[in-house]
Amino acid sequence: MRFKPGDRVRVHAEAKPGHVRTPGYVRGKEGRVEAVLGEFRNPESLAYGDPGLPERPLYKVSFRQEDLWEGYPGPPDDTLSVDIYEHWLEPAREETP
Amino acid sequence: MSDNDHDNGHGHAHEEHEAGYYARRIRAMEELLIEKGVLTEEEVRRQIEYMEARSRANGARLVARAWVDPEFKARLLSDTKAAAMVLGIDASGPVEFVVVENTPQAHNLIVCTLCSCYPRAILGRPPDWYKSLNYRSRAVREPRAVMREFGFEPPDGVEIMVHDSTADVRYMVLPMRPPGTEDMGEEELAELVTRDSLIGVSPPREPARVG
Repeated sequence: MRFKPGDRVRVHAEAKPGHVRTPGYVRGKEGRVEAVLGEFRNPESLAYGDPGLPERPLYKVSFRQEDLWEGYPGPPDDTLSVDIYEHWLEPAREETP
Repeated sequence: MSDNDHDNGHGHAHEEHEAGYYARRIRAMEELLIEKGVLTEEEVRRQIEYMEARSRANGARLVARAWVDPEFKARLLSDTKAAAMVLGIDASGPVEFVVVENTPQAHNLIVCTLCSCYPRAILGRPPDWYKSLNYRSRAVREPRAVMREFGFEPPDGVEIMVHDSTADVRYMVLPMRPPGTEDMGEEELAELVTRDSLIGVSPPREPARVG
């Protein structure tokens, strides 16, 4: 496991075709690892008849809604979390609270 | 909001036509898979029975038990499959479950923006609106407006936590026990747990006021 709960992470911004489970609206955004959900077969190859191995760690990553949407219509405490496979994550560039 | 996923004979002519087309196409694929020995009729029948045995009632029983039994609640939050098994609900399989708890400070909302991931092994099929582009696109960027359309205005100071179930985990909400239910038993409490409250678009029913 490369990350642990509390770590600040950044989602890769790449536009990858295929059965990708990382929604476009979090790509390039920074969030915080909330939980490690386990290891699962990689859907990006599993969907095309491949065994999807090795299994990839899956993290629950939470984002501040304000960081995702410009002019988010709600209070700054609102959050959104997405389950993201490890190969889509890198350490956040700067340590922000 | 309609809960019908299939043609019930009461839809518009256009919808009936569409359902007819997809139903025919699925049947053709099923026949091919059986002919080629990939599936058997028996397996198809068993899977349909499996899905039809699952419904909101399962989620309601889990929630009602959690409201009356703190130990069960702790288990439901830490190991959902094991807690479900205690009530005879078999949610085993490769998919993981996470139950998220509503509190006076935080309210949870579940969506799957990429398709229609839903805790089917417990709750059965999702409502049609859950699969709509409208819900999937708006629940993430204006969750409060979506809840308002379901008649729910979260109190001031309550944080909204949206969960986009994009991968191998399925989410279910543990709503807060409504006020005025102190004297109610587990079965009565389960009646208050709506499907919508398990997704988080609205709270459970409140008990009917007597007298």
